[in-house]
Amino acid sequence: MASAPSKLYADDVSLVVVLLDTNPFFWSSSSLSFSQFLSHVLAFLNAILTLNQLNQVVVIATGYNSCDYVFDSSSDLNRSFENGRMPVMCSSLLQKLEEFLITDEQLSKEEPEGKIKPSLFSGSLSMALCYIQRVFRSGALHPHPRILCLQGSLDGPEQYVAIMNAIFSAQRSSVPIDSCYIGSQNSAFLQQASYITGGVHHKPQNLDGLFQYLMTIFATDLHSRSFIHLPKPVGVDFRASCFCHKNTIDMGYICSVCLSIFCKHHKKCSTCGSVFGQAQSEAASASDKKRKTPET
Amino acid sequence: MASTHVTKRAKYKTTIKDPGTPGTLRMTFEKILFVPHNPKSAGKLDVEFRYIKGQKHTKEGSNKPPWLNLTNNQNGSFIFEFENYSDLQECRDFVGKVLAKGGEVSEKPTVSYPDEQLSAAEMELRIKLLQEDSELQKLHKQFVLSGVLTETEFWATRKKLLDREVSKKTKQRLGFKSAMISDIKPSTDGRTNKVTFNLTPEVILQIFAEKPAVHRAFLSYVPNKMSERTFWTKYFRAEYLHSTKNSIAAAAEAAEDEELAVFLKQDDILASEAQKKIRRVDPTLDMEADEGDDYTHLPDHGIFREGNKEMTESQNELYKRSLSQDINRHAAVVLEGRAVDVELEDTKAVAEALAQSKQKSSNKGESDGDISRERLDRLSRMTEIEDLQGPNTLPLAPLCIKDPRDYFDSQQANALRTSGDALGGIEQIKCGLSTQEVYGSLRESISSIKAMGLKEPIVKPEVAHQVLDALTNSISNTKYHIGKNPQESVLDRLPRKTKEELLHHWTSILELLKHFWASYPITTTYLYAKVNRLKDAMSNIYPQLEVNVKKN
Repeated sequence: MASAPSKLYADDVSLVVVLLDTNPFFWSSSSLSFSQFLSHVLAFLNAILTLNQLNQVVVIATGYNSCDYVFDSSSDLNRSFENGRMPVMCSSLLQKLEEFLITDEQLSKEEPEGKIKPSLFSGSLSMALCYIQRVFRSGALHPHPRILCLQGSLDGPEQYVAIMNAIFSAQRSSVPIDSCYIGSQNSAFLQQASYITGGVHHKPQNLDGLFQYLMTIFATDLHSRSFIHLPKPVGVDFRASCFCHKNTIDMGYICSVCLSIFCKHHKKCSTCGSVFGQAQSEAASASDKKRKTPET
Repeated sequence: MASTHVTKRAKYKTTIKDPGTPGTLRMTFEKILFVPHNPKSAGKLDVEFRYIKGQKHTKEGSNKPPWLNLTNNQNGSFIFEFENYSDLQECRDFVGKVLAKGGEVSEKPTVSYPDEQLSAAEMELRIKLLQEDSELQKLHKQFVLSGVLTETEFWATRKKLLDREVSKKTKQRLGFKSAMISDIKPSTDGRTNKVTFNLTPEVILQIFAEKPAVHRAFLSYVPNKMSERTFWTKYFRAEYLHSTKNSIAAAAEAAEDEELAVFLKQDDILASEAQKKIRRVDPTLDMEADEGDDYTHLPDHGIFREGNKEMTESQNELYKRSLSQDINRHAAVVLEGRAVDVELEDTKAVAEALAQSKQKSSNKGESDGDISRERLDRLSRMTEIEDLQGPNTLPLAPLCIKDPRDYFDSQQANALRTSGDALGGIEQIKCGLSTQEVYGSLRESISSIKAMGLKEPIVKPEVAHQVLDALTNSISNTKYHIGKNPQESVLDRLPRKTKEELLHHWTSILELLKHFWASYPITTTYLYAKVNRLKDAMSNIYPQLEVNVKKN
């Protein structure tokens, strides 16, 4: 459902849903400390709220075992967390974040060492989209929503299907997904998300100036993006993960009925149940060059 | 199937002004041979098809004579003048086929590989597709005619295009000719007083369809009682008698010859059929049967002349037959349509096929339920016009695959990545701490920030300045290279010709890669040879690209 144009609102009112990466395994090995990161982000959130009186900010924490809303600027529950040293909004966010981390830790099971430890990005993305849908249905007057992902953890290939589904539904509802990757390598999922939905993706070179990056690139509202130039990435990494083993692959087999991706030849598609014909390598003679399409 | 050679009478002209040497033109798959009628004149021509590059011809509607112009590699041309346009058409089709096959023929691998048998219709389809889509034609020319890919491989992935073309062609059934068979004059030989009739299976089919009594007689008499030849002799004798309109003589001969009588009598099968048809009146306009059809037993078609009915010559009634009866019957048969669709080879086959189809239709009409069902069938058939219907495809949602050209831009990163990058295997950051520890450290950070407040200053001014500088630099750089509009691509900044060339190279490389990866795993020598060919073709594109780059 596309957002209805609202004439009574100014063009630059925005609702920013921020997905905060709180994967403890990533933060324990990151060059930027979590507290420094939080200062940058909190100042940035405050700045967004000052850009326009009607702006709204929602923060969702992407944990290792779960995701949860930790802040909503439009709710009235922020009053109770008075703290002289910082704005009210920040203290309430921090309080909720702490509670979230306690619950998240309780959910964790013992896992073997050495595995990639991704955060539940697909979960928080879905939650953000649900919130935005609720805003769409709240009436004709609503701000323009967008999603900002602050991720540092690596991509979990097992989340490929869920993330791609979320990206396509965001594309359909015209919700841009901006992404800022603060890890050391590259995230294919974030690049694809921003490319497909028309958002902006950036990997900051200098993490000490993260606040400056956030203000320059990600604070721009949707209306201003038509005339403010934002950095364009050189290319997009379109690699996918296979559906059977959840490995990242460059080349694979595709079911011609439902377009599911497999890394090895299968007899049957696990998504739609189509039966595949003979593969070329099994053909006895070279004359049977035509690869048969799966028969349903 | 295409014939292996074509022989036609033609005149060979070296230039347009040249009156032309008459002779015989013979074309096989390998070469063209022209031999003039007059052995003394020059102008004998023996050219291999390998040297023929293309062909031109004059249009049928124009006033020009039918000429075919074959151009060869050295830009010379051979002009042939044919007697009529249908000859020209045949030769043109043949040359077209040979020229199109030229790429395939020259490309015979040492491994025996069954060639795909292409029908002329399929060949035409492919040529038509190539003519319509110039990009496809360029790709085709580049790869198939130079031997990198074979025709079959090229078209293997494009079956959907071919199928679409096929369904566009109308599938009409040819009906009977409107001209009446009885108009076909036999050839008479004045010297021996013999009259020769020329019977083809087509004619026989029409005779059987129009005169069911003759059909029945054929089935019963041949080959038991008389040979086919005698049968037809008697038939034509009867026809002759009818045409003389001498009913007395007809009656006389009928009395003598029992079989002849069959032909001379009124067709009783027809009468009963007409009766049946009248009972089934069709709401759709059916000119096959109405009250007026049942005229066979009424003199003068039931029309009273001058108020009095003439009932004379009742015994010779049986042998009268009028021209209007013949015409009406013929019209009825033509409108009914062709009941037998198979290739007819000899009379016996024709007779049996027709009998079978009649039996089928009579079985259908036996019960009432069948009759009404058939009528409904007819109704639906009459209201639909098959030729105008679209292709009968299943209700599927069309597969929407994006044009790979949209992704041209975003592939730059993949091109720039070197093999040293660790992209294939994601480095696993070994986390030496336990779960408890990591969560603990995170919570500690939060507490510290709660205690101390936000970092003061949030960001150092020099760092901020540096970041801003770098960002604006990079933005302005990309703007310079890529363009103001974020949706604009690199391609749009190039001149149009370069852009087209670049895109063509890109699509051709995609095509080659597609075939390259399709041949893996390499299990036969054929695949190995193919892979090598593809590799060579791909490496050939590099210097072309370099030339392009240098030009700009």
